[in-house]
Amino acid sequence: MSDEQAGVRPAGSPAGRTLLDDTPPLLSLRGVGKRFGPVQALSDINLDLPAGQVTALVGDNGAGKSTLIKAIAGIHAIDGGEMLWEGNPVQIHGPRDSSHLGIETVYQDLALCDNLDIVQNMFLGREALRGGVLDEATMETKANQTLSELSVTTVKSIRQPVSSLSGGQRQAVAVARAVMWDAKLVIMDEPTAALGVSQTAMVLDLITRLSARGIAVLVVSHNLNDVFQVADRIAVMFLGTLARTAPIGELTVSTAVELITTGNLTTSTDRES
Amino acid sequence: MSSSPQQTPPPVTDDVTPPDEVLAGVPELASGSLSAYVRAWLARVRSGESGVLPVIGGLIVIIIIFQLKNSVFLSANNIINLMVQASIYVLFGIAEVFVLLLGEIDLALGFTGAIGAVFAVWITGPPHNQPWFVGVVLGLAVATVIGAVWGLLTTRLRIPSFIVTLAGLLGLQGLLIFLINKLAGQSSGGTMSVSNGVINGIAYGHMSNVLAWVVLVVVVVTYAAITVLRDRQRRSGGLVTQPVGLGFLKIAAIAVAGVVLVLVCSAGSGVPWAVPIVLAIVLGWTFLLGHTRFGRYVYAIGGNAEAARRAGINLSQIRLIAFALSSLTAGAAGIFYAARLGSISSNVDGGQYVLLAVAAAVIGGTSLFGGRGKIVHALLGGLIVATIYNGMGLLNLSAATQLMVTALVLLAAVTVDALSRRNRTTT
Repeated sequence: MSDEQAGVRPAGSPAGRTLLDDTPPLLSLRGVGKRFGPVQALSDINLDLPAGQVTALVGDNGAGKSTLIKAIAGIHAIDGGEMLWEGNPVQIHGPRDSSHLGIETVYQDLALCDNLDIVQNMFLGREALRGGVLDEATMETKANQTLSELSVTTVKSIRQPVSSLSGGQRQAVAVARAVMWDAKLVIMDEPTAALGVSQTAMVLDLITRLSARGIAVLVVSHNLNDVFQVADRIAVMFLGTLARTAPIGELTVSTAVELITTGNLTTSTDRES
Repeated sequence: MSSSPQQTPPPVTDDVTPPDEVLAGVPELASGSLSAYVRAWLARVRSGESGVLPVIGGLIVIIIIFQLKNSVFLSANNIINLMVQASIYVLFGIAEVFVLLLGEIDLALGFTGAIGAVFAVWITGPPHNQPWFVGVVLGLAVATVIGAVWGLLTTRLRIPSFIVTLAGLLGLQGLLIFLINKLAGQSSGGTMSVSNGVINGIAYGHMSNVLAWVVLVVVVVTYAAITVLRDRQRRSGGLVTQPVGLGFLKIAAIAVAGVVLVLVCSAGSGVPWAVPIVLAIVLGWTFLLGHTRFGRYVYAIGGNAEAARRAGINLSQIRLIAFALSSLTAGAAGIFYAARLGSISSNVDGGQYVLLAVAAAVIGGTSLFGGRGKIVHALLGGLIVATIYNGMGLLNLSAATQLMVTALVLLAAVTVDALSRRNRTTT
């Protein structure tokens, strides 16, 4: 079912990202399954998430995308198969386990506090203290640095409340918050769903830059145009299974749609690129 | 449709923008000059984030109106009286700010304060005759426990705080009558007199003029030193800093206000002790909300409780502490109330004090919808409420008029809050 070719890079993909064939992928799922009562939400998922690459997770509603990312994020415990982190088996029992490994999730509804400013949001729950008092200078410096590294230059002041930001900027803040804590794998759930054209471009740009920093990115998206613009690899889910995992160059939008809707390919158009 | 990524990202090494460029074209916070700050501030006022200046302006207008109607209004003794009166509204308002910030409300605060005052008056009066601090600690502790109960009921049983504290409003009024009859005896007529001199002195004692000036100088110099040092440190670290001129303007404003206050009061009987105590509480709670994790989490929960939960914040714990601190402050307000009247009785209008507390907080600029507000809002709002009551009392307006005017002011403040909230969500 899974034809993993993690080491093969599609033609025309951005330079600056290399993956040695002998390094194990950052995260490997081996035969992962998840059952909710009588419903088999995930069965026999084999998926590799290599460092420095963007993996797109696509599929129809109910295909199991959310369940899969929640399993990786530690919100759902898996009940079959195993997860390998840098080649070593790991148990993820809760969100703390996953963030301890370096997995950060950017949820679709962003989980930002509108009334707090950018710095306060980026450090929420993990504030820097000095003598028991909030250390604003340290936090502001570090937040500024992270945003600069991600080239988030459109925000006017990092002391402005998040409510005054555009959707794309909010997404950037949420991503920057994830990255600031040395994330190795960033999971993004529908990062462009609510955005306009230019803001979508900004977020896709940000995703590319994350992977250029050697971070593994898993993007859940309904928008195949975005997926084909930004992803190195694509994983298509169908009814709780992985229908296909392939370098992006092996599929086209129409073959991807066919995989999403039927779970397999009837025509031989899948290498027409 | 192409199947390979066409978009080539810019080279990463060129992407790192220096921090000052990230902040380029900034609104007021990073604006270097005072004039740029003023322009940015005007833009912010239009978007509904007006800050406290309009509130201060409103207060000044109200004062001018009352002074024109009755020249006694700005006499030294009336101002002293006004400040003692205001201290009660301010403290109740501060108590309400804590819970309003969470998006909750506490309707029982008025009676919580009264119950605290009953214990403080009881333990310091005959036959116990304990010293004043025993009374204050006992009163505050009782109030804090009451707040913790509301916190437990709202967090554990998930009952809306509106309902929990509405029950509290009724229940505590009953408890108040019961306690006073029990502790003071049926013959007391439902009134317990304050016999402790120190507690009475909160409202009727005065700082000596020398002490008042010394305190004022110390406060202003400390504030100026902290402001200048912090701003210089932040500026040298390349952080967002207020313009130099604004810092000095704030220092000057505080110095002028303090000098006027002390001058006016020393023309009368002196600065009442209530003033420095209330200001100390304002400072302490402002520090707690602005510079500690607890304060940050209160704002976070009020802004987006789900986001706070995902950030690993213990919502129940923060809510419980906030309710307890709110009631603690209400306890202080109750003791001030007893000190001012010289007694605590079973017909305290705790219901009206709660409504005026909410009014004080909201008039000052705290949002009813959570997440936005400051302790200083209760200070300003409490002053406005007290000014309206005091001024209308001097004009011999009927209780009916007083209530309706207060209602109009509150309605205006809430309207501003709701409108600015709508602006925020549409931009």
